[in-house]
Amino acid sequence: MIGPDGALAPERPSLLARAPWWLLALALAAVLIGWRVATDTLWRDIASRLLDGLGLTLVVTAIAFPLALALGLVSTLGLVSTKGWWRQIATLYVQVVRGLPVLVQIFLVAFVLVPLGVEAANALGAQLTAQDVPMVARVTAALAFAYGAFEAETLRGGLTSLPRGQAEAARALGLSRGQTLRNVLLPQTFRRVLPTLGNDLICLLKDSALVSVLGVRDITQEARLYQSATFRYTESLVLLAFFYLALTLLVALAVRALENRYRRHAA
Amino acid sequence: MPPEPASAAPAPLLEARALTKRFDALVALDAVSLAVASGTVTAILGPSGSGKSTLLRCLNFLVLPDTGEVRCDGAVIDPRHDSALNAHRARVGMVFQQFNLFPHLRVWENLALAARLVRRLSADAARDRALALLDRVGLADKADAHPTQLSGGQQQRAAIARALAVEPAVLLFDEPTSALDPELTGEVLAFMRQLAADRTTMVVVTHDVEFARQAATEIVFMDAGRVIESGPPALVISAPKTDRARRFFHPANGPA
Repeated sequence: MIGPDGALAPERPSLLARAPWWLLALALAAVLIGWRVATDTLWRDIASRLLDGLGLTLVVTAIAFPLALALGLVSTLGLVSTKGWWRQIATLYVQVVRGLPVLVQIFLVAFVLVPLGVEAANALGAQLTAQDVPMVARVTAALAFAYGAFEAETLRGGLTSLPRGQAEAARALGLSRGQTLRNVLLPQTFRRVLPTLGNDLICLLKDSALVSVLGVRDITQEARLYQSATFRYTESLVLLAFFYLALTLLVALAVRALENRYRRHAA
Repeated sequence: MPPEPASAAPAPLLEARALTKRFDALVALDAVSLAVASGTVTAILGPSGSGKSTLLRCLNFLVLPDTGEVRCDGAVIDPRHDSALNAHRARVGMVFQQFNLFPHLRVWENLALAARLVRRLSADAARDRALALLDRVGLADKADAHPTQLSGGQQQRAAIARALAVEPAVLLFDEPTSALDPELTGEVLAFMRQLAADRTTMVVVTHDVEFARQAATEIVFMDAGRVIESGPPALVISAPKTDRARRFFHPANGPA
């Protein structure tokens, strides 16, 4: 709803409209599920199985996201670089990776790129087999690679949206290109794209479920293993969904808190 | 480099020789030369689109001239040479129409950043210099504020202080009061007059003829990418030789 002043906000929401019904509904669901887990051994079994996979889901996400950010940053600097070769490689990476399904990329990295890499390493004198590279490392690398392209676009969007005067003022003071990027442009870019980065982190957390197709035992894989042994689909899927929702809501709240910290002095 | 003519006069602090700049079909600068002596205030005046800002921006290479050269203390500056370019810009400070303070930093950090990175001051020394300069522009109480919390006039004074934090030999002003409402222009112009009285070398692009008349030692009047007239304000503003300058400075006396 666009308000009379053109701001994108509803005008004077009623108390009923402002009450966070969705949050109440979720809290109610959490209480119900918690109660089932506390009182029902079947639900407790499933929950403890999922908890076994929780660490892996978190580790894959926590490693892949910083890697994706780093890849994205290097690519973004390439996209705005004056060096032709850097720009070309960054463009190739972003266009290719953005155009492939994440699932296909995971297969490609796990079954094509890693064996090729092992062969190349062996040609240089290493003594490796493909099994030396664990599946969890392959899928983490694949997720980082896939999300790096998204982060590159996100960061480039933020960087190019900064007023031209910011770079001009920094350069006019005598700061070098690198100093200008590090001290003036990138900190502002980061603040601008923070909501999008939070969104991307949530997407990555959800996409980490794809690692289960390679048998890596994250929470999704634990749920599937449990299902194939017990045929208890409803209970395990409801709990699995609840786990993901709890995680993504926590991330969303953390990002919101960070945004509020910066918004007080918004550009 | 052509041999220097033997002369007792020292080289101008900042000099432009035959600068030409084209933007597609538009000739923004047509062989413009300018010499700025130490301790002088040069005001560049002229109608919109006459090339004033382009000339100013060529002096620190925010705009790269197509041909011609810029000299500092007689030495030609090569803008393709990164370290020479950065060193030149550290000697030539600039103040912008839109202030361009860094919004993610506190006011004092805006000043300290430049001093620390460009002049290699320690964090403590940079902070001391920042606070001293803010005191000088009357913003000591705003040191910990963020730029968005300041009025336009305060932001522009902070921006001037930021330029001074690098201790430049000359300050360029690109229409420093054009983004300010009339009530706020006064405080900025007052500080610029104070700088002029302290013999700070300044080059000011402005539409404010009154300020130029009072504060400038040298007027450069431009039109259509050329310098039409230059000299002391008593001549160029009060008694212009050319019709074009007369129409600009005394519109009531000429044809509309």
